[in-house]
Amino acid sequence: MNFSTLGPQLLSATGQTLYMVSVTLVLAGLVGLAVGMGLYVTRRGSIMENSVVFTVLNLLVNFVRPIPFIILLAALGQVTESVVGSRLGPNAAIFTMTIGATFAVARIVEQNLMTVEPGVIEAARSMGVSRWKIITTVILPEALGPLVLGYTFLVIGITDMSAMAGAIGAGGLGDFALRLGYQRFNDEVTWAAVIVIIVLVQLVQFFGNWLARKIMRR
Amino acid sequence: MSPAAAADTLVSIRDVSKVFVTGPRRRPRTVTAVDSVNLEIRRGEVFAVIGYSGAGKSTLVRLINGLESITSGTLEVAGRRVDGRSETQLAPIRHDIGMIFQQFNLFTSRTVAGNVEYPLKRAGWKAEDRRARVAELLEFVGLTERAGNYPEQLSGGQKQRVGIARALATSPELLLADESTSALDPETTQEVLGLLRRVNRELGITIVLITHEMDVVRAVADRVAVMDSGRVVEVGTTAEVFAHPTAETTRKFVSSVMRTVPRPDELAKLRAEHPGRLVIVDVTDRSRIGAVLSDAARDGVSFDIAFGGISILQSQSFGTLTLSLTGSDDAVSRTVHALRAVTTVQEVSH
Repeated sequence: MNFSTLGPQLLSATGQTLYMVSVTLVLAGLVGLAVGMGLYVTRRGSIMENSVVFTVLNLLVNFVRPIPFIILLAALGQVTESVVGSRLGPNAAIFTMTIGATFAVARIVEQNLMTVEPGVIEAARSMGVSRWKIITTVILPEALGPLVLGYTFLVIGITDMSAMAGAIGAGGLGDFALRLGYQRFNDEVTWAAVIVIIVLVQLVQFFGNWLARKIMRR
Repeated sequence: MSPAAAADTLVSIRDVSKVFVTGPRRRPRTVTAVDSVNLEIRRGEVFAVIGYSGAGKSTLVRLINGLESITSGTLEVAGRRVDGRSETQLAPIRHDIGMIFQQFNLFTSRTVAGNVEYPLKRAGWKAEDRRARVAELLEFVGLTERAGNYPEQLSGGQKQRVGIARALATSPELLLADESTSALDPETTQEVLGLLRRVNRELGITIVLITHEMDVVRAVADRVAVMDSGRVVEVGTTAEVFAHPTAETTRKFVSSVMRTVPRPDELAKLRAEHPGRLVIVDVTDRSRIGAVLSDAARDGVSFDIAFGGISILQSQSFGTLTLSLTGSDDAVSRTVHALRAVTTVQEVSH
């Protein structure tokens, strides 16, 4: 591998991946948190039980989640164009990644919130705490450790999505590995991208584990 | 508790029922957890509700602060209706009712001080007032040194004491204790019950205590209601209920902690060992059995105590003794007659 020519390209590809992954994580993280909380609070027996809202959210999540990301990229082309202004480039990729990741986040948030002991929610209710305050001051703090681990896990999924972003001209490490490595029969270049991704994911995982351990005091 | 306070009702439960609908939506099944219950809980008392698991006692206590909705009947706390209220409407009523739980239900994300401070934050107290109140409460429950610890660093008894401090933070009038000692060992149970007694006596807080242990009732309750299959089968002062249990469930509970009457197989053994006439007499403060037996001795009747026990509850003695009386038939009959004049006598058939 020729570092003098490919090195700068690897660096900029890494930058593009980091950009797409971090923006998607923030956007999908927030919207997914809202949808996941919506699922959690509206399910049967929960504090804002509402079977209509729950059914709609649940169907939406089940509908979007199984769509392979590369197909979602193509299928949402029209929507992406009307929202972002273009079907191509990193921002178009971020839009589709956010849609795809939101519903994965929602499921993980819902599952992590379910680990909160119903007893502590009952204790807060017995104090006359409003439902909104119960969500923000009891449920979220009690589930924070597992939530951090869930989000850490999602970073890997979003990185995976970002690798396909090359298909719509968004660049990134996936694009680097496929275009400069695979298509030119240069395995060393492909593996350079693989190693960068492994290092990035390891760093995120390490940080996530450390943060969750700190929150859960274990 | 003064007689004037006794007349003052804090919780009034009138013909209250709770029906749970379970199973699939299309073919729902109904379970009546609380069935037409009437109770008046007085200001300043410790009121126990005892029953086996599934008797509906936990559901009943959850109706008092609206954690479960009431299916029919009316329920008032300090003159305010609880039935038919929305979650939002219940908030101000709940501010005046503290609750503690079998599994403590402490916030694991908060320290001991943070747990106690939480209801104060929600009630909008200023930071400096909160600090002072938390310090005062931790002092009251004896956990000042544990303020910075997290719940997992505490023993069960300490966790419950934090639960009590948290429940008392906003100075409620009423404390609901749902099986608050059931997860604790006997020694810790006594420690927590002692604290509940102080909450009642020193702070004047009314306590409704749910339990399945008669020992807990005996230790703290002024009055007790016995529940079976959703119904209240007996209500009375703890002393009355212990001394004269009427319902079968109550008798079982009383005999679980005090067995002063011999079982049939034990009676057979007693009859074989004691040649005299066997009688079972109730002992209370008013029955002067000793005096009767002294007279009997002068009449040529001797006695032996074959079985029994006497204890003190709410500063009243009660219990039963199985006596074996020997002497001439006439003299023994005279003694039995004299006993009947002072107490309840149960003849053991030959």
